[in-house]
Parts: sequence; structure tokens; C-alpha cells
Amino acid sequence: MTLIRLEKISRRYQMGTELVHALREVSVEIQRGEYVAIMGPSGSGKSTLMNLVGCLDSPTSGRYELNGTDVSQMDDNQLAEVRNREIGFVFQTFNLLPRSNALHNVELPLIYGGMGGVERRRTALEALAQVGLADRVHHRPNELSGGQRQRVAVARALVNNPSILLADEPTGNLDSKTGTEIMALFEDLSRKGNTIIVVTHEEEIARHARRILRIRDGLIASDELIGAAAAS
Amino acid sequence: MNFFTELREGLSISFAAIRANKMRAALTTLGIVIGIVTVTLMGTAIEGLNRSFMQSVSTLGADVLYVSRQNWITRSHAEWLLMMKRRPISIDQYRALEKQSPFALAVAPTTEDGMSVKFKNRRSDSVDVIGTTEAYLLTSGVGLMEGRFLTAAEAEGGRPVCVIGSQVATNLFIREPALGSRITVGPRTFEVVGVLETQGSMLGMNSLDNRVIIPLRQFTTWIWNNPDLDIAVKVKNVVELEDAREELRHVMRRIRHVAPGEPDDFSINQQDQFVEMFHRVAGTIGAIGLFITGLSLFVGGIGIMNIMFVSVAERTREIGIRKAIGAKRRTILLQFLIEAASICLLGGLIGLAVAWPVTLVIQKFLPATMSFTIVGIALLVSLVTGVLSGFFPAWRAARMNPVDALRAE
Ligand SMILES: Nc1ncnc2c1ncn2[C@@H]1O[C@H](COP(=O)(O)OP(=O)(O)OP(=O)(O)O)[C@@H](O)[C@H]1O
Ligand SMILES: [Mg+2]
Repeated sequence: MTLIRLEKISRRYQMGTELVHALREVSVEIQRGEYVAIMGPSGSGKSTLMNLVGCLDSPTSGRYELNGTDVSQMDDNQLAEVRNREIGFVFQTFNLLPRSNALHNVELPLIYGGMGGVERRRTALEALAQVGLADRVHHRPNELSGGQRQRVAVARALVNNPSILLADEPTGNLDSKTGTEIMALFEDLSRKGNTIIVVTHEEEIARHARRILRIRDGLIASDELIGAAAAS
Repeated sequence: MNFFTELREGLSISFAAIRANKMRAALTTLGIVIGIVTVTLMGTAIEGLNRSFMQSVSTLGADVLYVSRQNWITRSHAEWLLMMKRRPISIDQYRALEKQSPFALAVAPTTEDGMSVKFKNRRSDSVDVIGTTEAYLLTSGVGLMEGRFLTAAEAEGGRPVCVIGSQVATNLFIREPALGSRITVGPRTFEVVGVLETQGSMLGMNSLDNRVIIPLRQFTTWIWNNPDLDIAVKVKNVVELEDAREELRHVMRRIRHVAPGEPDDFSINQQDQFVEMFHRVAGTIGAIGLFITGLSLFVGGIGIMNIMFVSVAERTREIGIRKAIGAKRRTILLQFLIEAASICLLGGLIGLAVAWPVTLVIQKFLPATMSFTIVGIALLVSLVTGVLSGFFPAWRAARMNPVDALRAE
């Protein structure tokens, strides 16, 4: 079943007199349950694509269907709702609220989703347990290691069962050992049926995925299935 | 989305933010504090002034009309000169008026002069010596501390008796009893038959207790032969005060032979005129206070707006994170509005805490109290200032593009 359908999506930035083409008429489809890696040189448009898929940004032209609904014409508040219900984001720099503890960080999407206190707390604790942080729920981000912080971010991304998990270089700020741990976590989530899209520079990381999209200059240069997915 | 969950979250975020920058928040509130102190003190002062004024005015009596040659309050020097040219009100006119006033409960003529009064080797200076009749007891509403007031026979006759104010009594009599003693007023001695209750002063001006009341006949015999009288008319029914006033005017015109079409050559005063003057004074105080309050709240509001812009800029990334996980515009807007309002409320509370002891000091001069109304108004004003000055920064935060916000350092 098609979860994401991009049709001739372009994103241009006006920089003074110069027009920067971050994405040029990109068309791609991603099915529910897929695990996709996006690769490409710096400045090729990976983050731009992720932000569009994650509804953080709107395309300059083109059509984006998420779960069968056209989101390219939605207004700010509708997009906020889509982000809250359908999208889970994991960033390179973790992006946790520094003054809040792990539990509250994970509760936040549920607060914006309007879930009541008791159920919210239970759901957040479950999500933290799922990423192996049941014993760190009252720690603030600065009291956690990098890997633990990224786990909190993953728990926050997953806590309200989004349709897609988006991760823009999730291991970029981690050493290779913790990076591998996070990737193992992703693999686990993928096996449980989550749809995952990961941006990465590292071939080794990308090989965890079933499909690799390579981007160059705002265009899709290649789109290949790998490993078990390619074989089937 | 659940509004109360959102509100709770907004409150906890802004408290955390304020706690993280205590010093900054406290300094920012300075303008608000000054504004709230002014608004509170002004309100307290006006309320106190009001009360002391009403106390003074009530001694004049709401149901008494005062016929005089002049208005109590003149608006210009020219008007005053014009009134000074009017004929004095004579004793004959008073007698005629008394006969023709069915609407009056009591009609008391008064005339007065400032002079010294003596007892043995003690003297009391600039005492109001008032010549009047027994009706004065009714029109003035004064009570007696000791003895009795003048009788009708004494007012008409030649017996030299007097009633003295409490201040005169304390000035002249130390060990001797006042009643039965003879004091010297002008060229004669008068026997003290009564001492008036203490009345205080009229808005801090002339004391009502520094006076001596003698029979009108005695006054005209020994002090002025042809005095200019003021006539106090206590009406029977205060509800019909306006009708009585009209009737009184007609009677006076007839008595003073004012030709039809001519303007009155006398004035009828009532305490409203004082009330009106007072309202002008209170209005001026209020306007000045309001100006200072408005100015400091404006400056304070600008300060809050400035610090909110700083707060929004500092937390751009946080805004980006919140938006990325589903915060709507109004969620962000609410969060920063709550923060601005909380800072201002804090300022309001500090302002009240400063104003409270100052009120206690004012209380020594005026019957002032900080009422719940004033406290409520002060808090409301600071809340509104917070919301108004926080709105622009909060709106800017709410409209941020999530991608740009996340990219911020
Ligand atoms: N807000 C912006 N304003 C102007 N140009 C932008 C903006 N965001 C991205 N770009 C431009 O769009 C192009 C794609 O940027 P993008 O961030 O998608 O690259 P990327 O593939 O994620 O690179 P990296 O691997 O370094 O993260 C770049 O040339 C960049 O300069
Ligand atoms: Mg990038």
C-alpha cells in the first residue's frame, strides 16, 4: 500500500537574486513498512526532501500525497496536526527540550495530541521502555549520554504511533558503537512493521535498509533495492 | 486539542522559563511595578480623600439651603466683584423670610466675625464669633458636649450668654469649669452656657471647633449694627429639596423686591457645590495619577515586549522542536502570552507589596485603605499589559517556519 507519493516535487529557495534549486521535480513512491535510506553528497537536497516528507516544509510546486490525502495544499495548523499524528522525527542533533526530563520530552507529542494525564504518562513510559530507557525517565538531556539522548528522541518520535519514522543523519553525532546500537533499534522497529526513512552519509548504515535512494543536485540519481528485499 | 492540557503546559513552560531567568524577569517588571504602585496609591488616596470629604460635607447637612449674598464658589474675579456689589441681607429680610417659609423646618440667620476672646489672662485668637438664633442648633446639626444651646428668649433678648466650640474651651479653660464662667468677646463679657461637640475641620481648612456662638441680638448690639446675614434654611423634606429651593428663591426675590426679569441679587448655596468642587479636585488628582500610571505601564509594557522578543529569539530552536512534533500556532502563541502575562502579574504583585506599606503610612493622614477592588484592578491592569505587550513577540514566535526555527543556533 502506497504511504508516500511525491509527484514532480520541486523546492526552490530565493537567495537574493539567485534561485537555488534544492529539489527538481522529484517523483517517488514509498510503501507502508518500507525501510529506505537516502544518500548523496552534501548539499544535494536530502534534508530538503526529508523536511517535505515530514510536512515541516511545503513544496514550491508538485503534489504530495500522504496516506492518500493531498498535504501539499494544507495550511499551517493542518500540517501541525499531520506532523503530530503521522510523522515521527529523529534529528542529528537530538533536538530534545533541554529543561525537560526524558519523560516530559516523550509526553510532549501526546500533550499536543490532547491525550489525558494518566494515559499519557503510561504511554510515554512504555515508549521509553521500548528503547531501553525505563531507568532514565527522570533524567534531563544533559544528564544522558549521546546514545541515550537519541533513544529518547526515538521514543518521542514513536510515542503516538506515527505512520512514518523520519531520521535525518541520526548517527551523525554519535560514535560508531552507539551509532550501531541506534541502527539496531531501527532494524528492530522495521521488523515490527514501522515505515522508516533514514538520511545517512555512511554506506554501512545505509546497508541496514532495504532500499537506497541516491540524490544528486536535487534529482534522484538511483533507486535500488538491496539485500533480502532485492532478492525477493 | 484539549485546551486545559495546553494551558497547563503553557503555564509550566513559562514558569520554568521565568525561573531560569529570575533576575532578568525581576528587572523587566520594574516599569510594571512603578505603574501598579501609582495606580494603587492613587486609588487609595482618592478613596481616602472621598471618605474624609464626605465626612466633612455631611456636617453641612444635605437638607440645608444657604441663602447668601455670594456664591460659595466663584469661577472668576469678575463674578466675585459683581456679587460684592449686591445689597446685604438684612435682619428684616430674615424675619420676613422666616414668616413666609412653610417648607422650612428651621431658619437660622448667621453672621460672623473673627476676633480674639479672653478669659482671665488667657486668650484664643481668630475665633469665629457667630451671631445667630436657637434655630442654628437644627440647621447646623451640631451636638452639645456640655450644657445647653441658646434659647429663643435669649436669641431675642439681651442676656449675654454664649456657647463655645471645644477648641475655645480647651484654650481658655484649664482647671476652671467652662460652664458658668464669663468670657470676654469684643467689648462685653458673656456667660458660657454650653460647649459644642468636637467637629474636626473642613478638609483641613478652618477648624469648626474654634468658634463662639452668641445671640444675634447681642451680635448686632455690640459688634455690627447692620450685619450681612447668611440664612440657613433646613427643609422639611430632603426629597423635595429642589422644589423648596425654587420656592425659597421666589420668596427671597419678593422680599428683596427684585423686579421680574432681573437676575437674582442673592445666591442659594447647598453642599452640592462643594461636592462639585471636590469632584473637580479629585478628577485632577485622578487624571495626573492616570497619566503617570499610563506612562509607566507603557514604558513597562515596552520593556516586557523587548524581553519577550529576546526570549523568543533565544528559544527559536525550542519553538522549532515543538512545531515539529505537532504544536499549532495557537499553542505557541498561548505559551508566550502566558509567559508575558506571568511576568507582568509578578510585577503587579511586587507593586502591591511595595504599595501596601506606603498605604499604611498614608493612613496616618487620610482614612485610606487598600481595598479589594483596587487590588483586583491592579492585577487586572498588569495582566492586560502583559497580554498586550506579549502579543507581538508571541505572534512572531507562533508564525515561525519550523524548518527555519530548527536550523537556528
Ligand atoms: N533555507 C534555505 N535557504 C536557502 N537555501 C537553502 C535553504 N535550505 C537549503 N538550501 C539549499 O538547498 C540545497 C540543499 O540543501 P539540503 O540541506 O537539503 O542538503 P543536504 O543534502 O541535506 O546536505 P547535508 O548532507 O550537508 O546535510 C543546498 O544547496 C542549500 O544551500
Ligand atoms: Mg542535511
